[in-house]
Amino acid sequence: MTYICVKFNQEKMEILVCISKTPETTAKIAFTDGGKNFDTQGVQFIMNPYDEWYALVRAIELKEQLGGKVTVINVGDAASDIVIRKALAIGADEAVRVDVNPQSAIYTAKQIAEYVKSNSFDAVFLGKETIDYNGAEVGAMVSEYLDLPYFSFASNIETDGLKSRITRDVEGGVEISEVEGRFVLSAAKGLAEQRIPNMKGIMMAKRKPLNVIPAVGEDDSLEIISYDLPEGKSGVKMIDPENMDELVRLLHEESKVI
Amino acid sequence: MSVLVYAESPKGKFKKTSLEVVYYGHLAAKAMNTDCIALVLGSTSDAAVLGKYGASKVIHVTDDSLDNFDAQTHSTAITKVAENVGANLVVFGFTANGKALTGRVGVKMNASILSGVSSVPNLENGFVLRKSVFSGKANAHYNLKKENKVISLMGNSFQIEELGSSAEVETMTLDLPTAKTVVKELKTVEGTVPLPEAELVVSAGRGMKGPENWGIIEELARTLGATTACSRPVADTGWRPHHEHVGQTGVAIRPNLYIAAGISGAIQHLAGVNKSKVIVVINKDPEAPFFKAADYGICADLFDVVPRLNEALKKFKQNN
Ligand SMILES: Cc1cc2nc3c(=O)[nH]c(=O)nc-3n(C[C@H](O)[C@H](O)[C@H](O)COP(=O)(O)OP(=O)(O)OC[C@H]3O[C@@H](n4cnc5c(N)ncnc54)[C@H](O)[C@@H]3O)c2cc1C
Ligand SMILES: Nc1ncnc2c1ncn2[C@@H]1O[C@H](COP(=O)(O)O)[C@@H](O)[C@H]1O
Repeated sequence: MTYICVKFNQEKMEILVCISKTPETTAKIAFTDGGKNFDTQGVQFIMNPYDEWYALVRAIELKEQLGGKVTVINVGDAASDIVIRKALAIGADEAVRVDVNPQSAIYTAKQIAEYVKSNSFDAVFLGKETIDYNGAEVGAMVSEYLDLPYFSFASNIETDGLKSRITRDVEGGVEISEVEGRFVLSAAKGLAEQRIPNMKGIMMAKRKPLNVIPAVGEDDSLEIISYDLPEGKSGVKMIDPENMDELVRLLHEESKVI
Repeated sequence: MSVLVYAESPKGKFKKTSLEVVYYGHLAAKAMNTDCIALVLGSTSDAAVLGKYGASKVIHVTDDSLDNFDAQTHSTAITKVAENVGANLVVFGFTANGKALTGRVGVKMNASILSGVSSVPNLENGFVLRKSVFSGKANAHYNLKKENKVISLMGNSFQIEELGSSAEVETMTLDLPTAKTVVKELKTVEGTVPLPEAELVVSAGRGMKGPENWGIIEELARTLGATTACSRPVADTGWRPHHEHVGQTGVAIRPNLYIAAGISGAIQHLAGVNKSKVIVVINKDPEAPFFKAADYGICADLFDVVPRLNEALKKFKQNN
């Protein structure tokens, strides 16, 4: 009897966290072959901050609180292994990499959904968006493939593993919803505090499993034809600090924003 | 073949982004030689007004369970209507709910999906759209190869024009699944325009020295009718609320006017604001990187300049 009481209303959670790699923010953006391809030379790649700081850390916190397991998944080639190892060092238990370089969000989502279908999870966590292509798309697509409720831009989640109460950012405020059972969530700022991997974590990460699996289906919905650089500012006009009337005049007459 | 645009109506009212989406749908439909049909879900007072912004017809699904946002029910409703009207392009706003729906509807329609686009489709060589990538540091041109296309429009990409008169409204009822999520509460800040929609923004950073000095920023914002924002360290240390944090890890904005006082202009800050139409930078350091991204710069102590700018604006408002 007592055992049942202890377990009452609390379930272990198995969470899948989707992690992606993006160019480090200060990286110089350049293109080769007349704007056809992104020039990765000299570019350092990092784990997408929303995936690392918020989605992954909150999943680990929930595992620590309720028991269970955190698995990370990446759709990418072997160049992603470095960010996967970092996720394991921060505290994920195991990792899987779908060995393909995706060209579209829908193809990425399809790979993640297929993995969830053959390995059941209680929840799927993603970042709110990748900081390179800023699509904020994959989460919605994964939830559609799995026919699960989706909470985009979550800044808070309380759960006992069965019933969850989630706060999501909307324009000018927040929306608080409740859901029973499985769901997909994308993480925004506020969901957790960043964790820095320690030496022990880094050592342990080397022994944790990283399974590489093949991709399914065709990636045929989108292609990037070319890139270009946006026109820059034509140069700053310096205004005399004593003459704010002049600035107001320019804002009104020249740039017509007031 | 037609273009279907989803016009969001939170609390029964259309936002500026909803009108932009309708206007964009009209431009896209013109390029594709077809009609733009607007879709409204849930209760709203004046669906016909969308005709002014380019909808040739408005479909209004009146089921009031749709007043509660649930991505599964909403995407089902939108997909059914798209099938009904034979739409092969569906357009959303790049808003919180638009982002939750674009991917879902796209998957249901087996479509090519692209978020945050900023151009009208170019049909010369396929179906090509532009979107800004790498936090505004470049544009990418995509070809959408599937028969069906589902896209979302980056806010402030087009200047809305009023085109016609009100449109014919067709009300529709649909068989919809019951929502699995229950919205308990919607808490929004009243009185000010939320940052993602604000046309005028006054922002400040660590140069303010402490939260007790924010009075001059708030006063300037009040004079202009602007929304306030801040840099990340300011929000992180609790000087200002989190929802004011703009930049790569905060809110990305594209107002007409962005005034930045005491912000250095780090690349991660610029990533969220560099799409503003006009940028004014107030900084006492002539080497501050922000001046390179600015249209107008004032190199001086912000504690002198901000009150003086406020006075000048008040004078201007009285005379105009
Ligand atoms: C992964 C990552 C993501 C990040 N995301 C963001 C983000 O989303 N948004 C963001 O803002 N930052 C972000 N940052 C932080 C960013 O790199 C900068 O550290 C931050 O923007 C600096 O804030 P600040 O300009 O307010 O402060 P500071 O860099 O300290 O600049 C203060 C400025 O005020 C000026 N000043 C001081 N006193 C006065 C005065 N009396 N009058 C006039 N000027 C004065 C100084 O000359 C200086 O230029 C991120 C960093 C990382 C690593
Ligand atoms: N290649 C990928 N592998 C695994 N997860 C990904 C990948 N790309 C994107 N994601 C996840 O989807 C989220 C949203 O990405 P996006 O829709 O591209 O902005 C990211 O924050 C990740 O959590």
